[in-house]
Amino acid sequence: MRFPKFRLEKRPSPPTWLRILIPFIAIGISFLFSAIIILLAGRNPISAFYAIFYGALGTRLGFMETLVKATPLILTGIAVSLAFTAKFWNIGAEGQLYAGALAATWLGISHFSLPSPIYIFLMIVVGFIAGSLWALIPGILKARFKVDDVVTTLLMNYIMIYLVSAILEGPWRDPVTSWPQSIMIAKNAEYPKLFARSRVHFGLIVSIIAIIVVYVIIKHTKLGFKIRATGANAKAAYFLGISTIKTIILTAVISGGIAGLAGVGEIAGLHFHLTENISPGYGYSGIVIAMLGGLHPIGVMLAAFFFGIIITGAEYMSRATGVTSFIADVIQGITLLVMLAMLLLYEYRIRRVE
Amino acid sequence: MKEILTVGFFIGLLSATLRMATPLILATLGETFCERAGILNLGIEGTMLFGALAAFLTTYFTGNLWLGIIAAIIAGILFGLLMGLFSVSLGLSQHVSGLGITLLATGLSLFTYRQIIGSPKVPPTIQTFKTLSIPGFSSIPILGPILFDQYILTYIAIILVPIASYVLFKTRFGLSLRAVGENPEAADAVGINVFKTRYIALMIAGGLMGFAGSFFTLAHFNMFLYGMVGGRGWVSIALVIFANWNPTKVLWGALLFGGVDALQLRLQAIGFNIPYQLFLIMPYLLTIIVLILVARNASYPGALLKPYRRE
Amino acid sequence: MEKVLSMQGITKRFPGVLANDHINFEAYKGEIVSLLGENGAGKTTLMKILYGMYSKDEGEIYIKGKKVGINSPKDAIDNGIGMVHQHFTLVNPFSVTENVILGLPGEKATIDLEEAKNKIKEYMDRYGLHVDPDAKIWQISVGEKQRVEILKVLFRNAEIIILDEPTAVLTPQEVDELFKTLRILKEEGKTIIFISHKLYEVLEISDRIVVLRSGRVVGETTPDKSSRRDLAKMMVGKEVIEIISEEPPKLGEEIFKVENLSAMSDRGYLALKNISFTVSSGEILGVAGVAGNGQKELEDVISGVRKPVDGRVVLLGKEITGKSPKEIIEMGVGRIPEDRMEAGLILDIPLYENLVVEYFDKPPFSKGLFLSYKEIKSYAEKLVKEFDIRTPHVNVITRTLSGGNLQKVILARVISREPKFLIASQPTRGLDVGAAEYIHERLLEERAKGCAILLISEDLDEIINLSDRIMVLYEGEIMGFVNRGELPKEEIGLMMTGTRKEALSEIS
Repeated sequence: MRFPKFRLEKRPSPPTWLRILIPFIAIGISFLFSAIIILLAGRNPISAFYAIFYGALGTRLGFMETLVKATPLILTGIAVSLAFTAKFWNIGAEGQLYAGALAATWLGISHFSLPSPIYIFLMIVVGFIAGSLWALIPGILKARFKVDDVVTTLLMNYIMIYLVSAILEGPWRDPVTSWPQSIMIAKNAEYPKLFARSRVHFGLIVSIIAIIVVYVIIKHTKLGFKIRATGANAKAAYFLGISTIKTIILTAVISGGIAGLAGVGEIAGLHFHLTENISPGYGYSGIVIAMLGGLHPIGVMLAAFFFGIIITGAEYMSRATGVTSFIADVIQGITLLVMLAMLLLYEYRIRRVE
Repeated sequence: MKEILTVGFFIGLLSATLRMATPLILATLGETFCERAGILNLGIEGTMLFGALAAFLTTYFTGNLWLGIIAAIIAGILFGLLMGLFSVSLGLSQHVSGLGITLLATGLSLFTYRQIIGSPKVPPTIQTFKTLSIPGFSSIPILGPILFDQYILTYIAIILVPIASYVLFKTRFGLSLRAVGENPEAADAVGINVFKTRYIALMIAGGLMGFAGSFFTLAHFNMFLYGMVGGRGWVSIALVIFANWNPTKVLWGALLFGGVDALQLRLQAIGFNIPYQLFLIMPYLLTIIVLILVARNASYPGALLKPYRRE
Repeated sequence: MEKVLSMQGITKRFPGVLANDHINFEAYKGEIVSLLGENGAGKTTLMKILYGMYSKDEGEIYIKGKKVGINSPKDAIDNGIGMVHQHFTLVNPFSVTENVILGLPGEKATIDLEEAKNKIKEYMDRYGLHVDPDAKIWQISVGEKQRVEILKVLFRNAEIIILDEPTAVLTPQEVDELFKTLRILKEEGKTIIFISHKLYEVLEISDRIVVLRSGRVVGETTPDKSSRRDLAKMMVGKEVIEIISEEPPKLGEEIFKVENLSAMSDRGYLALKNISFTVSSGEILGVAGVAGNGQKELEDVISGVRKPVDGRVVLLGKEITGKSPKEIIEMGVGRIPEDRMEAGLILDIPLYENLVVEYFDKPPFSKGLFLSYKEIKSYAEKLVKEFDIRTPHVNVITRTLSGGNLQKVILARVISREPKFLIASQPTRGLDVGAAEYIHERLLEERAKGCAILLISEDLDEIINLSDRIMVLYEGEIMGFVNRGELPKEEIGLMMTGTRKEALSEIS
């Protein structure tokens, strides 16, 4: 078997316009592949894609649902984005989300008599802390002991999910229905709705605030500089006096906290009680969103919105065209791989070797 | 509580242990091969699920179980090659490539199943493998039903363990593969083709992972369910480290983790008080502890996770 | 004698440097020919081209009169060429036997370790290369590892054997054993190419000596026709006429002191052996020596990224031994590191950030939790103007700057803080003449202001030009201190290759 020989040559100064264009190219390519798959399934890709966009943006109801789906995605996206900036590979956003949801539920079903603004504020605080604690352990393991962060954060996901399952089937099992779900949270703990006759809730505001906060941190604070420096070249950063250990741990904690907020939002704004399925993989989608958004707050917001479109639109499309909604998962997977490959082409030229 | 202490319970438990361990053995042997060559393949979870699907659909439409297995193996090899394209040829982050492949393979599995089968009230089933009793041996008291009354896939998995060990440690190919994973520069310096070796390792790994997936649909259950693999791919990642990248230890580790799996099912059935989830958490927790201990020593294949680029 | 190798017109360029400049090199059967030269002379590059690890830009290679194309180590091995590298290519967890047979083709798919062991033992006895065949690589000594590398080469029927600085990591006894082996190989008709910078060894073992300097062959001779002095002269070149500063140093108090310092290298041997020196205000102390004799470890210890195993480092009376880089920066040590890309700069952030990276967390560059961009940027612009850094503006990503300008960034960042003590390592490596001169000027300016400077450089001319005193490092020890103008260049060259100052008069 003769493998073609080629060599990667670093581009001297990659142009910025190319960098912004790349996510769009990646999306285009992943649509192309998905279209091929839809064709293989014997359906019309054009009507399928049209249905996706119409379903997500063409009606008021659809658009509102897109915002609802985008809300947690913005948070997991920016959480992962922040972590990736420091080269802390946080694959554990899913577990951190559930940690936040767990903490918020605990607070909510305790039915404290607190006025709404205070209750909501506390829900947010508690959820953030839970998420950050769940990320703290892998963070310390990576920063101090050089234990692989991808594997540890991934494993922590499963530990949290089983913990939630155990609690829902045990002490928090709904006494009335006997299903593995908690009772409803206190009315005062619920996020207010933002628009009438829609499910869009206060969590969207929280998400946007989180984006702004992360933006400010990265661009304007000392910590943000340390995060960027550590991510760019940890060895040089250490030589130049930056405490890379402290930076990585702080990054993990903030990232986990933000992902925890996504969990709070799903509980306090959407479901009002805890079940095993409040997240269909938002934490993992956050990874794709972070990559697609180029680890930049605006990019992440756009990417999260884009995925909100895909997920919402796919539901509509499956009813309208007979292409199953799982095409959204396929698009997600292809997009990640294509985006990864595109980043390579951005940094390197491929040269044939004689 | 009294039910636990009967002999029948233990025989049932140990027999089930072997069954539950089968996909773990196969997938982990596969992952061992590619990690020994220096590639961490996080695409394992998705590859297993797609293998399960490929096996199910093939058997569903052809009626032939062995064709199903072949389909699963081929599907696994293809995903292994895809992983090779990203992590070997392009030298991209093994972590992200693997995750992308799991997302893609999982998405494709769900999509393909729903698209072809739809969502009927009663999901379609197939005639699965039956357990194979080895005549004579299976009537030995206690050991008989445990060891000699299993699916043929289980027997294959167990036999693959010494075979994998032999290939890794007693053949020239195995030596080259391990060298590539420990110190690719050293391997390159003596003329070994690092890229080719890693691709072959990924194909072996992918094939075994697909094979592992087929166990779920062709033996364990008789239908395809979305959550079938249920994180066992990640357990395999854990298991490789736990077994110190050694096939024989993989067998013992798989039996341990499989035993925990079998135990929690049985405890659930008899209404035991401790939540079964705590048992399910065990493998993950154990792995994190192992990871911490291992980070101190260097038992990892030396070049794991580093892409190899020649100047 | 039969000519087995002819390399003609070999040219190799790397970005910014001409490593091999139309080199002609020949080797004969049954001889030991040495390639002698300083670091950067091009010896290793030439041999890596021969071994297929680098591609040549121009030139041809002939083996036994036949032209060959060598594009990979495998091609080299097929042509009977074997190379023992400076950094061993051994698989640590494998045994000696497994390493020797790695990659060897065979008829059977399985490996027979017993058979291999027996064959290895044969070779061991024949050539005097004794190692335990069952020992794992991580268990054996550096000298034994080298023997394994040689066995690997012999097992592949190499007729031409290249050894790259083989004695750098050996004890004197191990050097003797190596030489015994080399002589046996020579008797059998093998060709040995011996790369080294160690004069007395080269004189002891070679049949022929080829001297390289700056990518060219500058001389060819035999041991009986030349002395150590002659060779040193060829290696380092003619006396440099121009001296930049004739001003005597305005020496002040002692600023910086190193006392009984010992440190380990990454490869597990003692790289600094109990050295002591001081640097005074207004003085430039140059550290001369071929790379690999402890300079890197010295720089690492002073910079705070390597902990010594013994001894002290003292700045203005305060201990800085073993402190973190952050503490060392805060105590006022200015560091211009050898490694610009992995230590001196963070290439993928904007230029203005690199100009303040060592002190951004204090006012005026930050206030509370936040960075003060206005202050940072105006400071950066000031530095760019003052140090003549060529860049369209301060927002560019640092990576886009040219080599000379990158070094100016580091220089600007460090010097603008008016450090009392400065350590500069290879400050002008790879820079064009204009940039190098600029750096030299600024260093002399600091010296005039009373800064104590430790200058580490492989460029002996640079050291001689700038230093008030020169300290010569060889194998982790100080061979002596030389005042400005005290000794001619070739004497210093001799010290760099292993002669103590006191012993210079004994060398012929």
